[in-house]
Amino acid sequence: MLNYVIRRIAIALPTLLILIIISFLLMHAAPGGPFTSERPLPPQVLANIEAKYGLDLPIWQQMVNYTWGILTEFDFGPSFRYKDRTVNEIIEQGFPITLTYGFLSFIVAVVVGLSLGVIAAIRQNSWIDYIAVGITIGAQVLPNFVMAPLLVITFTLWLGWLPGGGWSGGEWQYLVMPVIALSTSYMASIARITRSSMLEVLNTNFIRTAKAKGLPYRTIILRHALKPAMLPVISYLGPAFVGMITGSVVIDIYFSTGGMGYFFVNSATNRDYSVMMGITILFGALTILFNLVVDLLYAWIDPKIRY
Amino acid sequence: MSLLEVSGLSVEFDTPEGVVRAVTDLNFKVDNGTTLAIVGESGSGKSQAVFSLMGLLAHNGRASGSVKMEGEEMLGRSYAEMNRIRANKISMIFQDPMTSLNPYMRISDQMAEVLVCHKGMSRTDAIRDSIEMLDAVKIPSAKERIRMYPHEFSGGMRQRVMIAMSLLCRPRLLIADEPTTALDVTIQAQIMRLLGEIQRELGTAIILITHDLGVVAGHSDEILVMYGGRVMEMASTGELYRSPAHPYTQGLLTAVPRLDHDDESLTTIPGTPPNMMELPKGCPFSERCQYCRERCLEAIPVLTPLAHHDRHLKACFATAGALR
Repeated sequence: MLNYVIRRIAIALPTLLILIIISFLLMHAAPGGPFTSERPLPPQVLANIEAKYGLDLPIWQQMVNYTWGILTEFDFGPSFRYKDRTVNEIIEQGFPITLTYGFLSFIVAVVVGLSLGVIAAIRQNSWIDYIAVGITIGAQVLPNFVMAPLLVITFTLWLGWLPGGGWSGGEWQYLVMPVIALSTSYMASIARITRSSMLEVLNTNFIRTAKAKGLPYRTIILRHALKPAMLPVISYLGPAFVGMITGSVVIDIYFSTGGMGYFFVNSATNRDYSVMMGITILFGALTILFNLVVDLLYAWIDPKIRY
Repeated sequence: MSLLEVSGLSVEFDTPEGVVRAVTDLNFKVDNGTTLAIVGESGSGKSQAVFSLMGLLAHNGRASGSVKMEGEEMLGRSYAEMNRIRANKISMIFQDPMTSLNPYMRISDQMAEVLVCHKGMSRTDAIRDSIEMLDAVKIPSAKERIRMYPHEFSGGMRQRVMIAMSLLCRPRLLIADEPTTALDVTIQAQIMRLLGEIQRELGTAIILITHDLGVVAGHSDEILVMYGGRVMEMASTGELYRSPAHPYTQGLLTAVPRLDHDDESLTTIPGTPPNMMELPKGCPFSERCQYCRERCLEAIPVLTPLAHHDRHLKACFATAGALR
């Protein structure tokens, strides 16, 4: 087990390196640079600035320097756009925000999604099932950039219950709408996967055995069916968790929450190379980490899987 | 009073294509400590008949008639009421031991929960009793192996675990639904012998479901032959093997391969089992019966005792003389 974890982490490092190289090259392949603007700077000034940030060096050397900085000092470099701020500072400011609303969204999506999926499966083809499936489909086809304005129209403009945006240190009023908007489609996917995998498990021979043993239905569901039914859900939850805690562009821009999504999009449009790289690497590392967590959870659920 | 009295049992399923009748008017009795074998091809309704005894029919299925266990009516009970009967008075083992145990739970947990649920035992006591039962079905080093998962056991061992689990509450009746079909032949014999030993020790009655007349020969007291959801013939085991009275039973018996005959090829019954959606108007076996007469296509023969044998019944119009 420990060997396996070490091996997986060892594989993760070259994976990240490849991620860095590809994103770096893609970014530099796009025309323009961080200091390109409508009114061009005098060539001498531009050359000075580029020399200051090391942009005059050959691209492979820029890449080596950048990677070296990350590996040795965990330094993601200065922002090219926000004067006097480093990428580390930007992540320190933005990540706690996305982590807060993202983690809450994850909890909401898992609790609601799982319950909905399990109930729909137990009561297959009843009106409860149809309602659950209806909600699921509705939630899945409603993109969050449609959901967000609908929420604002309802709760801010019409009912006047909630502030239309902002963060304010993460007070609950400011969290409600971002969490609903972010969790809905994930919740729908979780419910859908749970329902179908639960239905599959409920038709297995070992559930028939459990029934023949005269166990109460609740015990059969909770003790015998839930664990195996969770397997496909868990493989979805890994990437979903990363997707939620790294935030969403739509949420950050629509509700002005000021999380990572906002910085990510801005860095792309501004060619703020270092911020964009920093966030990409953070997302990549989290994805690799939670895929490992998923694999370990698999082994915990299924005794046939041993590493 | 018999342990189990089944009378007029019918099982129907609602399907999108219409109502399918899987079992029609089944009558039988099982006495304490005896074995009744129900024999038939797949789709003959034998499994659905016993599922209905356990209240384990699929959602779209329903049973009618009467099933009395120790004089108490079983049909029409709620799921929760039946839970007090299942595993406690009637227990069941299944065809495929590879998939019938929960692969995600230790054997100890799967066994102990039966006793905790039905007898209100503590977990420690339940595990102690479970180990004893595993010993009784001859699982070597049961004390260590009870902590294992199903995939760490071979097929025959898993079926032994299933048997041990089904016996935990000392049920009066054990239903074995093709218990040896998925096992290889040497293991089949061991499992059948084990069931016989258990029956002698605990006095458990057994309903043995099978499609293999070879399996039931030495292991049953009475045989009920089903076809198309109906009973074709019913007799004590010796009597049925000695003088099978129904063309279908005769067909089944000649289809059992024998070493003392040097036939080159295996004998089969021509044709295929009937589609339960479109049963013939007359005798369900008429399409495949070499003795089929016009009358067999028009009406369904009633199960009646043979002359001179009130314990040997058959559902066939043909007279004994005509079948030779």
